[in-house]
Amino acid sequence: MKYTIQNHKDTRSGFGDGLVDAARENDRIVGLCADLTGSLKMNAFADAFPERFFQTGISEANMIGMAAGLTIGGFIPFTGTFANFSTGRVYDQIRQSVAYSGKNVKICASHAGLSLGEDGATHQILEDIGMMRMLPGMTVIVPCDYNQTKAAVKAIAAFEGPVYLRFGRPKVPNFTPAETPFEIGKAIRMIEGSDVSIIATGHLVWKALEAAENLLKENIKAEVIDITTIKPLDEEALLKSLNKTRCAVTAEEHQANGGLGDAVAQLLATRFPLPLEMVAVMDVFGESGTPDELMEKYGLGSSNIVRAAKQVIKRKNT
Amino acid sequence: MAELENLKKIASQVRRDIVRMVHKRQSGHPGGSLGCADLFTALYFDHLRLKSPDFNMDGTDEDLFFLSNGHISPVFYSVLAHKGYFPVAELSTFRAIGSRLQGHPTTHDKLPGVRVASGSLGQGLSVAIGAALSKKLNADDKLVYVLMGDGEQQEGQIWEAALYAGSRKVDNLIAIIDYNGQQIDGAVKDVMPLGDLAAKYRAFDWEVIEFDGNDMQSVVQTLNLARKNAGNQKPQLLLMKTVMGMGVDFMMGTHKWHGIAPNDEQLDNALLQLEETLGDY
Repeated sequence: MKYTIQNHKDTRSGFGDGLVDAARENDRIVGLCADLTGSLKMNAFADAFPERFFQTGISEANMIGMAAGLTIGGFIPFTGTFANFSTGRVYDQIRQSVAYSGKNVKICASHAGLSLGEDGATHQILEDIGMMRMLPGMTVIVPCDYNQTKAAVKAIAAFEGPVYLRFGRPKVPNFTPAETPFEIGKAIRMIEGSDVSIIATGHLVWKALEAAENLLKENIKAEVIDITTIKPLDEEALLKSLNKTRCAVTAEEHQANGGLGDAVAQLLATRFPLPLEMVAVMDVFGESGTPDELMEKYGLGSSNIVRAAKQVIKRKNT
Repeated sequence: MAELENLKKIASQVRRDIVRMVHKRQSGHPGGSLGCADLFTALYFDHLRLKSPDFNMDGTDEDLFFLSNGHISPVFYSVLAHKGYFPVAELSTFRAIGSRLQGHPTTHDKLPGVRVASGSLGQGLSVAIGAALSKKLNADDKLVYVLMGDGEQQEGQIWEAALYAGSRKVDNLIAIIDYNGQQIDGAVKDVMPLGDLAAKYRAFDWEVIEFDGNDMQSVVQTLNLARKNAGNQKPQLLLMKTVMGMGVDFMMGTHKWHGIAPNDEQLDNALLQLEETLGDY
């Protein structure tokens, strides 16, 4: 199928809207937020279900612990704050009270990555995927647009176990079909191709589609795969694609260290050694700027994916 | 009265278990465990409304207890075993490889009686608040209890949680602090003084009751008083004065026995001071 932009929407609104829908269907869903209800688009949930909403104030550690406790008695807590405060600030709380304790908590993280924009590097976390995928038993989901984020919320509500759901702040292309059920752990082949596999996640999926279109003008047929779930990684889908294309580019709004690129590199090195290039942030902190300026400056544009694709095809052929 | 005498006997056996478990593995935390043996005995054999030996994670329509200072796992394991949650013989596997009785309590290996992992300090009060809110949402009128250490009060998360519980009037929550005045590096007043802890919690809108945690009558009466107070728009803090190492003279009142094991000779000496009442594991 050909993907076209239906509209521009923020993925955090996909979270907010999905949460209200999921909560209407399941009265065990509760929400917690650490003073960012508006930013997380949790207002509609808080207004519709005031008795199921817990405002914790700026106390993220306490919020994570409370969420773990709320599972005892059968509730399904969704915590909401920025990705930075959802992970790095509360890593030990997540590790002990949620992951090691096997609690059914959904850690929902907005404003991830560079596209947070002007607030700068203090808030632009680029290490969260790495931290969360290291935790045994943690499912890590990074949807690519509004529709997919909304669908992912319903899917994780029905899934038993701790989940990290990562989304972002800016309005970005909304291009996947609405009301498509989200399958946890399933990669989606967006475009079929034979020369290179572009393996992308989050905001970079649209840029990967743009890159594939540009590559096609030079008669390079790229296969584009949307990694909706970083952990567990859909290894079979990736190996199937790579068996055909024999080289890969990963694309993500995250450090190369610890992110999707690392996960794919681990798969390739241990199962199917092939050339790989990574489009990611290379071991530096971000800075203030508009989302577009930052994505370009730090090498996360579609042109970067095009260059990486040509480079990895060259390596494959030598 | 006979009931108190019976609880004291159980506590003596719990103390024997503690020193034997830690001695066998030459690893673990006897000091705080011994100091809290009277509280755990009173909770599990008198006070808590439990469905034991049946255990399910949700704990619907029963009181819930959380241990935040997880290093005193020996006392927790001993009472859970004697209460019937798992075989008393399993106490011999404490801290051994493959055991459900991990160094610090965990749900990971499905040990009945444990509802959250603890060990990294400062997290249990938040979890207990969540569980208390869960009870309110479920219209479950049973109560939630959590034990913390005094040194643990130095963790910032405790004060996030204390603020929440007081401000939001989580009045089905009873927190207990083991105020033995000792932590790993020395006396709490030297390592990082807590000041007037009761006043601090009162300033956070908690009801505070101070009591002697090594006097069984005082423990039982205080717990009963706290249950009576529940539902009065305030969370409750029971500030429990204990002696670290209580029951074994050479371990008493010093931080030195926080996390070290007795040798063979010290074990014999300790056991001479603690009557075997329920049979050793």
